[in-house]
Amino acid sequence: MATKANSAPLPTVPPELERIPLVGNQRDIGWISDRVVSITEGKPPLWWWLCFIPSVLCLGMLGFMLAYQITTGVGVWGNMHPVMWGWDIINFVWWIGIGHAGTLISAILFLLRQRWRTAVNRAAEAMTIFAVMCAGIYPALHVGRVWFDWWLFPIPNSNGPIWPQFRSPLMWDVFAVSTYFTVSVLFWYMGLIPDLAVMRDRAVGKVRQFLYGLFSLGWTGSNRHWSNYEKAYLLLAGLSTPLVLSVHSIVSLDFSVSQLPGWHTTIFPPYFVAGAIFSGFGMVLTLLVPLRKLCRLEDIITMRHIDIMCKVTLATGSIVGYAYAMEFFIAWYSGSAAEQFHFMNRALGPYQWGWLPMIICNVVIPQLFWFKWFRQNLLAVFIISIIVNVGMWFERFVIIVIGLHRDFLPSSWGYFRPTWVDICTYLGTFGLFFTLFLLFMRFLPMIAISEVKGVTPQSDPHHPLGGAKHEERIPQSEGGLTP
Amino acid sequence: MSSNRAYGIIAEFTTPAAIMHAAEKIRDAGFTRWDVYTPFPVHGMDRAMGLKNSKVGWFSFFGGVTGYTTGMLMIWWMNAVNYPIVVGGKPMFSPFSAFPPSYELTILFGAFGALGGMLFLNRLPRLHHPLLKNRRFAKVTHDRYFLVIETSDPKYSEPGTVKLLEQAGSNHIEVVEE
Repeated sequence: MATKANSAPLPTVPPELERIPLVGNQRDIGWISDRVVSITEGKPPLWWWLCFIPSVLCLGMLGFMLAYQITTGVGVWGNMHPVMWGWDIINFVWWIGIGHAGTLISAILFLLRQRWRTAVNRAAEAMTIFAVMCAGIYPALHVGRVWFDWWLFPIPNSNGPIWPQFRSPLMWDVFAVSTYFTVSVLFWYMGLIPDLAVMRDRAVGKVRQFLYGLFSLGWTGSNRHWSNYEKAYLLLAGLSTPLVLSVHSIVSLDFSVSQLPGWHTTIFPPYFVAGAIFSGFGMVLTLLVPLRKLCRLEDIITMRHIDIMCKVTLATGSIVGYAYAMEFFIAWYSGSAAEQFHFMNRALGPYQWGWLPMIICNVVIPQLFWFKWFRQNLLAVFIISIIVNVGMWFERFVIIVIGLHRDFLPSSWGYFRPTWVDICTYLGTFGLFFTLFLLFMRFLPMIAISEVKGVTPQSDPHHPLGGAKHEERIPQSEGGLTP
Repeated sequence: MSSNRAYGIIAEFTTPAAIMHAAEKIRDAGFTRWDVYTPFPVHGMDRAMGLKNSKVGWFSFFGGVTGYTTGMLMIWWMNAVNYPIVVGGKPMFSPFSAFPPSYELTILFGAFGALGGMLFLNRLPRLHHPLLKNRRFAKVTHDRYFLVIETSDPKYSEPGTVKLLEQAGSNHIEVVEE
């Protein structure tokens, strides 16, 4: 890669400052489409079936639980006075939080020119969409009479018509989550168009040719098209960035606009967004650490990628830890007896068993990522990524259940217990999530092929590997990151 | 080359640098109905082809403005005009409580504007394209780069254009039928 400029000799780069390539082993761009598309070709491997069958069974269980809940009523859940928001809202917030990493990777990191995102953005966006689907089930069902869900939307009904009440944060949430889902699908699909064309051009069967041909919309790779495409992609990234920040902020307003101690705080929007990204990166790592091995994608999702994602997890986990500490500080500093009681109750009350795992999983364990050994050890990364999501589940449990179970009047205190329907519905949403994700990786390119091609040195017309004659230009990028 | 009408000449290149220089040559020769086909967006190609800034931004902008206006007007009309209900003594319409849904609609319509504008400007979806029938051209989504000059270009002449593309360094040139 050493090149000679005509006038002055190039300064030599010391080895410790050498950029690490984003795609390992100097793979060429044809290899990328071969490798990624081959995951969807041929018979599915055994491990795929071993994951898919239990997922479908879980999905069936979800269907049964939802049918039981719809036909019987919300009473089948453990929600009972004073805890009227139970596992339904815990799981809603948990799933929607997981969804945030996809948009963060695809939009915010795009605007920040983080080129490593190309290796993980497609899978993360798919994860976002499926997580939002799982999340959407809960608000739709917790209203009790599912058949009136359409009253949430501004559709005229026969009672006046009475319109939705837009002064309530719950209505804002409807708009935020449905916009988030729609825009995530648009963004994901637009990214897929050139890659569907890759699949169309190598499809063998008639069915595959027809379907990939249909959904790639006649994409030819024309540069006049790419020019509009890249602008639209940039705009979608620019629109999704305020969107992803607003969605979990609005979810947090469901809580913080109310008057309850522990909920009524201004720290909630940034704290919820940081927690969402934290849990989302946890889920991305949980999915991709095994998949890169099973699908032999080690040259695309390199150890460098894992390392960066661990660092993002560490950073957001530390923000969450700061928010926990700040909540306690403000409770003390406010002088409000109700706030102070709530936080003492959180740490020392009957639900201490929910608060302790939250602190250990979210604040203490991710700190291990300060050490390179943990970031480079895939088993450790996998286990910590699961612990992160366990911790984030407990965070929502702490906020919702501890926030509600002891309010201002001791006579109305209570203790919440989930029912078997709560537990089975939650397990069932995993069935929905993994069924969709496994189908996605079998039928669609799991890696953004054209984007990964675009960050290789072979794709850079000013790089010797891209065909540049050495006297033309000094190579400006080697498709890598400064270590 | 055959009885069918020709769509244009395709010239294959194997590196992004080669096709970029070829595009600069074709641009300077004054062709108008031609295009470059690549597996990924090649940076600097817009300038090499002499393309102007994309107009997708306008679609997105008008989408966003429409979304915000729709949100604000809808909420004002529904909650303050058509069926006002007092809730907790709050004003019937306040721009502050109407802002979050309007903000989301801004983004929603803006996103539809961006995707729809991109598809409209690119005249997509299209179910048929002469180039997509060509077997060699299928490699454009894999690892090859193509420069295509259409027969409808006023400067097109089969021997002259082929010669120009040969000089530009193409390793394979053929005529594609309509």
